[in-house]
Amino acid sequence: MAPILQVKNLQYIYSMGTPFQHTALEDVSFQLERGEFVGIIGHTGSGKSTMIQHLNGLLRPTAGQVLLDGQDIWSDKKLTRQSRFRVGLVFQYPEYQLFEETVYKDISFGPKNMGLDDKEIDRRVRQAAEFVGLTQKQLEVSPFDLSGGQKRRVAIAGVIAMEPEVLILDEPTAGLDPEGREEILANIQTYRQAKNATIMMVSHSMSDVARLTDRLLVMNKSHLAMDGTPGQVFARAKELVEMGLSIPDVTKVFLRLQEMGVDVPAVYTIDQAVAALKQLKGRV
Amino acid sequence: MLKDITLGQYFPGESVVHRLDPRTKLLFLIVYIVALFTASSWISYGVVFLFLATAIAISRIPLKSIVRGMKPLMMILIFTAILNLFFTGGDTVLAKFWVITITKEGLFRAIFMVLRILLLITCTFLLTYTTSPISLTDGLESLLSPLKKIRVPVHELAMMMCIALRFVPTLIEETDKIMCAQKARGADFESGNIFHRVKALVPILVPLFISSFRRADELATAMECRCYHGGEGRTKMKLLRYKRRDYLAFLAAILLLTGVIVLVNFGL
Repeated sequence: MAPILQVKNLQYIYSMGTPFQHTALEDVSFQLERGEFVGIIGHTGSGKSTMIQHLNGLLRPTAGQVLLDGQDIWSDKKLTRQSRFRVGLVFQYPEYQLFEETVYKDISFGPKNMGLDDKEIDRRVRQAAEFVGLTQKQLEVSPFDLSGGQKRRVAIAGVIAMEPEVLILDEPTAGLDPEGREEILANIQTYRQAKNATIMMVSHSMSDVARLTDRLLVMNKSHLAMDGTPGQVFARAKELVEMGLSIPDVTKVFLRLQEMGVDVPAVYTIDQAVAALKQLKGRV
Repeated sequence: MLKDITLGQYFPGESVVHRLDPRTKLLFLIVYIVALFTASSWISYGVVFLFLATAIAISRIPLKSIVRGMKPLMMILIFTAILNLFFTGGDTVLAKFWVITITKEGLFRAIFMVLRILLLITCTFLLTYTTSPISLTDGLESLLSPLKKIRVPVHELAMMMCIALRFVPTLIEETDKIMCAQKARGADFESGNIFHRVKALVPILVPLFISSFRRADELATAMECRCYHGGEGRTKMKLLRYKRRDYLAFLAAILLLTGVIVLVNFGL
């Protein structure tokens, strides 16, 4: 099947032609398949946030292309607008963009902009609320009366209600407590499975991306430095550390064990670690 | 982009003009404006012009940035020039067509008025380009401190101004972010009639107001945590003290003003 989103030789230069000019992206190419869960990791200022804003046409590349279903999203004005709905983007701290009187109205902002009829809007709002675990009762309260974690879920529901084929989230769990983090990550998984959607998640938590994603993109100094499975990426631990990134804690422990001469494989999730240790125990 | 708006931008530098006491610069500005409005002849205008040109040269502010700051005022300048050119009565008629007469007096007046506005704006630019907002408010507070005697809350006003200036870039950045987030949900700010566009601003303004209040609240708490209790008994990290260069600057200002007054009185 053809990839849903293709990025070709993307380049972006901020404030072109002024003394403040600087390159944020240089020659970035990759593609996303349907139903894939892709993680993006990279140091602060590596170009992650700039890159994801290109995928739904918020920023226009200074060179290169973004193809949605094989069509350049900048080839036609209508297509650019369509790409906003087909590629949903949840910004960092999205709860700061809430503005309506009720949760229901806020979630319906996106579907309304799509020009859907009332019945369809209602269906989407209620379904999106369900995906993120909001109760029917909560739909009628003001979003400003909710807790931080709940506000975040309302904001994510606001994007999910557009039923995007690609859902991009910029650090969706930043600043939440462990329970809130797990819930949001589970909500994202539920949406992905229900709609066979492609998920792209920017994260600083190596163990989260190791556990959840099928593929990892590593950004470094405006370039795409690595593109591979978590196993392939975390095998290059030394390079990651040089980029100011880290590897999952469990991988660190196992690498140290290897150094000490213990015969264990390289792992990057807790489950793999447990399996490896059980195997080791069986052998001894 | 919104970020490109300049608002009395400060150009850090090491020149004498930069290092002058902000109070000196403020007082200097007032004296200069008085001199500018006293000037009424070619020679006196020449003197005030040369004076400012020298100050700019000393400050090493690139001429380009001053010209760039001038651009938004183009319309006002053109408007002033046209008004004065066409509607000043006089004896020496230079040109006449239909209902419009251009007189020699009108021509001179147009030139003088434009020159006056240009110089007025340039000298304020010079102040804001060479003085950081913080030291500017410091200077203002110090200059206005006698008003405390009649219970004007000078320190509080200066603090408010300082905070307002500090948060301008933050708010611009915040607006940019919120706009992007709403655009990602399909908000459209560019099309539709005026009512549509005003309505489209609600999703930006509401979050912006809320986050401003939140920020203000947080800032107030942070200030209180550091025992801020207003201006009374408060000492400063950077004490304002007049130095030799400040006295020299005052001398120059007085010389300029008397010079212009003398020139004008002699009809030159």
